Amino acid sequence: MIPETEYDAAQPRVGFFTDTSICIGCKACEVACKEWNHVPEDGLTYTGMSYDNTQGLGADTWRHVAFIENRSGASAVDLGMPEVGAPTDTGGATGGETGGEAAGGGGVRPDLPPGDALIDGEGDLRWLMSSDVCKHCTHAACLDVCPTGSLFRTEFGTVVVQEDICNGCGYCIPACPYGVIDQRKDDGRAWKCTLCYDRLGVGMEPACAQACPTDSIQFGPLEELRERAARRVEELHGKGVDAARLYGHDPDDGVGGDGAFFLLLDEPEAYGLPPDPVVTTRDLPAMWRRAGLAALGLAAGVVAAAWGRP
Amino acid sequence: MAERRRRRGRDERPMVPKAEFRSYYGLPILNKPVWSAPDIAGYLFLGGLAGASSALGAVAEVRGDDALARVSKSGAAAAAVLSLGALVHDLGRPTRFLHMLRVVKVTSPMNLGSWLLSAYAPAALTAAGSALTGRLRPLGAAGTAGAAVLGPVVASYTAVLVSDTAVPAWHDAYREMPFVFVGSGAMAAGGLGLVGAPVGEQGIARRVGLMGAAAEVVGLHVMERRLGMVAEPYRTGRPGRLMKLGEALALAGSAVAVVGGVDKGGSGRRRRTTGVVAGALMLAASACTRFGIFAAGVASAEDPRATVQPQRERLRRSSVTTGEGATSREGATTGTGG
Repeated sequence: MIPETEYDAAQPRVGFFTDTSICIGCKACEVACKEWNHVPEDGLTYTGMSYDNTQGLGADTWRHVAFIENRSGASAVDLGMPEVGAPTDTGGATGGETGGEAAGGGGVRPDLPPGDALIDGEGDLRWLMSSDVCKHCTHAACLDVCPTGSLFRTEFGTVVVQEDICNGCGYCIPACPYGVIDQRKDDGRAWKCTLCYDRLGVGMEPACAQACPTDSIQFGPLEELRERAARRVEELHGKGVDAARLYGHDPDDGVGGDGAFFLLLDEPEAYGLPPDPVVTTRDLPAMWRRAGLAALGLAAGVVAAAWGRP
Repeated sequence: MAERRRRRGRDERPMVPKAEFRSYYGLPILNKPVWSAPDIAGYLFLGGLAGASSALGAVAEVRGDDALARVSKSGAAAAAVLSLGALVHDLGRPTRFLHMLRVVKVTSPMNLGSWLLSAYAPAALTAAGSALTGRLRPLGAAGTAGAAVLGPVVASYTAVLVSDTAVPAWHDAYREMPFVFVGSGAMAAGGLGLVGAPVGEQGIARRVGLMGAAAEVVGLHVMERRLGMVAEPYRTGRPGRLMKLGEALALAGSAVAVVGGVDKGGSGRRRRTTGVVAGALMLAASACTRFGIFAAGVASAEDPRATVQPQRERLRRSSVTTGEGATSREGATTGTGG
């Protein structure tokens, strides 16, 4: 029903692969994005949420670095692995015998790359960082519901707001299953990541990807990124990082796959991402059918009220 | 290995924690609607009132209830104009409201709604103008007919407008929402008729109001029952109170309307008063329900649990059917413990 990108044949669809296992939380992406796109300042506050003071994506935050601190045993499964530092009295003692079969847990491993695990005297602290961004969905709800045609699909397969068309109706905002797009209050219009549409046109990569010092943010043709991501997950699983998983890479998921997808080290909701998003317009034909029935019902009811009894 | 674990006793702390709700510092996943309640909840109410009133006005005219027809038609026209005003006022860039009509887009209920209103509002205005002045009767009849055909669509499409979002309490309710909305609209239109029409012409308005109240109240119950935890905002907090108030007013309005309908021998003055009270209660009921539904959607968007839990549940069910139970936390728990 909803056509996929109409430019499939013209040139390859591009996107981001954000490999959070090598994100060091430097926020260079946030800064580069703000500077290149002239995104206004949106409050200099301290949230107390680890190093995260931007909190989430919105009209004036198009890249957002999430910081998640958790102790092993709190949400990750303690595998009872040999530890560095003082022994602890929780979890570890019972974990040794059965650890191998526990699925889905990350635990903390001394063999992980730096920045991934931090070990202190009170037990294991895992510090996850992830740079979030607009997903540039294959089936983009924001684009579907936009009444003015301001949101459109570019020749690169990305989703962009035309600021001279947007009339600030706000429909795209609750339509987005990821909570990406939002209204700029003093401006009235909706804003979000453009995947640096202006830079793509002249063959440059987006500002965030160029600024990323560890290549956690990788830009390129989507097909290529998906292959690269699959190899990276395999590599991490081979190193024992069982918690590594891809998010948004699957073209068969509820949004037809994301143009910007991720390698995560925990469940999506821990990063503030929905575990199984579905584009709302998937159900739109059914909605119209129900609304049509209801309208007929109303007409029939009013007629019945006039002729139903003497 | 599972054997050994079981022998150590059932009270043992499970290796894999029981499925618990997780979020990023408790922050919402969705960005909540930026629509303002007076504008958009007000529009949901006025759109329902206008659409159903147009249908009511047309049948009243055919039945010869001219006073009721005038009340309903002018009510519809006024509500349509106020609707348009509210919609334009809510835009971030009100001067660009005509951008709504620069495309025809079937995937956008707001776009189709804009086209619908641009056909409906002139028809409703023509119908009311002709009915009030008694002039241009053929044009008035065409307007009446057009508004009567489009009116029910105006009353029901707003359900699609709110359901076609990622807001769980709105989206997941898409099966029942149109019926709740047309019910609420019919109740409001019946209420307006009862308030404005003379004693001899209240019958149709009363029956439309009663049917609408029944559809709204029953529809909401069916909806809340089906939605489970996603329906929480319809029951709790400020939106929950608005919904309860709406239901109480609908039931009270219906009771008064029924009493008024049975009271054939009463004085004209008493029957008139009963009609006004019943109608006012019904109008207030519809408004409360619309503001309640709107507020519930905002609360639902703000609650990460409403977004995550149903999606987790969906993943769990699909992984069970494909035999990949161990990939989810719940699956792992049952796998090792049972």
